[in-house]
Amino acid sequence: MSYDINQTITRISEIIINELKLEDVTPQTFNPDLDLIDEVGVDSMDLATVALVLRDEYGIRIDEDDYPKLTSVRIIAQYIINKLTEKE
Amino acid sequence: MKTVSSLLDEHWYERYKNISRLNIRSSIYDVTNRCNLRCKGCFFFSSGEHMVAAEENDVGKWHDFVTKEMDRGVNLAILIGGEPTLCLDRVEAFYKKLPTFCATNGLIKVPRDRFPDMMVGISLWGDAEDETILRGKDTFRISSANYKGDPHAYYLYTITPKQLGKTEKIIQKIKDVGLKVHMQLLSNDEDVDGFSWQADELVAVRAEMDSMLDRYPETVISSKYYHEVITTGEMLGRSFGWMECPSVTEPLDKRNPRPKRLISFIRWSSELQTMHRCCTSETRDCSTCKDGAAHMSWVMVNKRAHIRTTKDLQNWIEVYEMFAKLYQFIPW
Ligand code: SF4
Ligand code: SF4
Repeated sequence: MSYDINQTITRISEIIINELKLEDVTPQTFNPDLDLIDEVGVDSMDLATVALVLRDEYGIRIDEDDYPKLTSVRIIAQYIINKLTEKE
Repeated sequence: MKTVSSLLDEHWYERYKNISRLNIRSSIYDVTNRCNLRCKGCFFFSSGEHMVAAEENDVGKWHDFVTKEMDRGVNLAILIGGEPTLCLDRVEAFYKKLPTFCATNGLIKVPRDRFPDMMVGISLWGDAEDETILRGKDTFRISSANYKGDPHAYYLYTITPKQLGKTEKIIQKIKDVGLKVHMQLLSNDEDVDGFSWQADELVAVRAEMDSMLDRYPETVISSKYYHEVITTGEMLGRSFGWMECPSVTEPLDKRNPRPKRLISFIRWSSELQTMHRCCTSETRDCSTCKDGAAHMSWVMVNKRAHIRTTKDLQNWIEVYEMFAKLYQFIPW
């Protein structure tokens, strides 16, 4: 099965906005290349919260060791798609 | 949406980048249950933490323990006590493997041939008179002779209400021996008469700490935002206390909702198995807690909340820089 990266990006943006209660941004206006750690201030506790929702949504587990690599919504989307593809 | 670069100019952005990826994961270790002083208001003895568990005497076990702590992701060991310098082999178990900070009363000099660059924080509770009342002796006379000019040592000056109007003399004394100083406030765990903070005294001490930072910027390692947070107990409209404290031992943290907190933080007893509730006294009432490190960490773990206005974010950066300097992650 092939996965639509843009759709995944929009959904992850929505999850991040909801879980972290980000203001003045929508899934459509969220820049998927924005550095979440340096620019938005996301920390490992935030990532753990988001990872739980992503696990429920996509049925994949995000390794804590991978957190430092997950620096933008696009990278997270690609990471999820790779995991889903591996599972098939 | 507010982002870091939308709030900071080039100078502040550079400062932010220097600290934003440090990812400091600290834990606190009681090195021993013993001390060569018995200060009135010492949280360790007043809350009976020295009796919670026996000490581990096998140094080999301390070495194994440090390795396990590193596997847990700890990258900063904060050694307290009792008095850690009574057990230098245990201190060395940490220092050989990890960035290590050692709190001490300064009566015993850490041998610099064995611990050349270990950061040492020397406790000081005021002038000779207050030190004698609270600690039984004027420790500054001895500690300043031991550490004069040491680039890896600073004074951890616990200000008491009795010190109002007198802090400059202390800061000047510290400057004269070529050392730096970081200020914090006494929590008066043993209710020593006259040493509990009143509201007007907290206002006054904040102004005094601000003024010391302005007048002795080379000597005082601090930030005005830290002074504000520790004296008011408020940050961004939130009040400090149990439900906000970041310095609770993680495996014992059953709070719901769980606040922003130090990841993987544990405060271990010197038997290396028992955990204490938090970075300070087990029995302290959180609503009157003035612990400096807990307040500092409270700011640090709430980074995203500070990405709100330029001033808020600059405040956050200054507190983080202060912490990073005190633990040698960035230079003074
Ligand atoms: S020197 Fe420190 S550990 Fe020892 S009694 Fe005083 S406060 Fe407590
Ligand atoms: S006593 Fe202070 S450091 Fe300990 S849990 Fe309460 S607020 Fe936190």
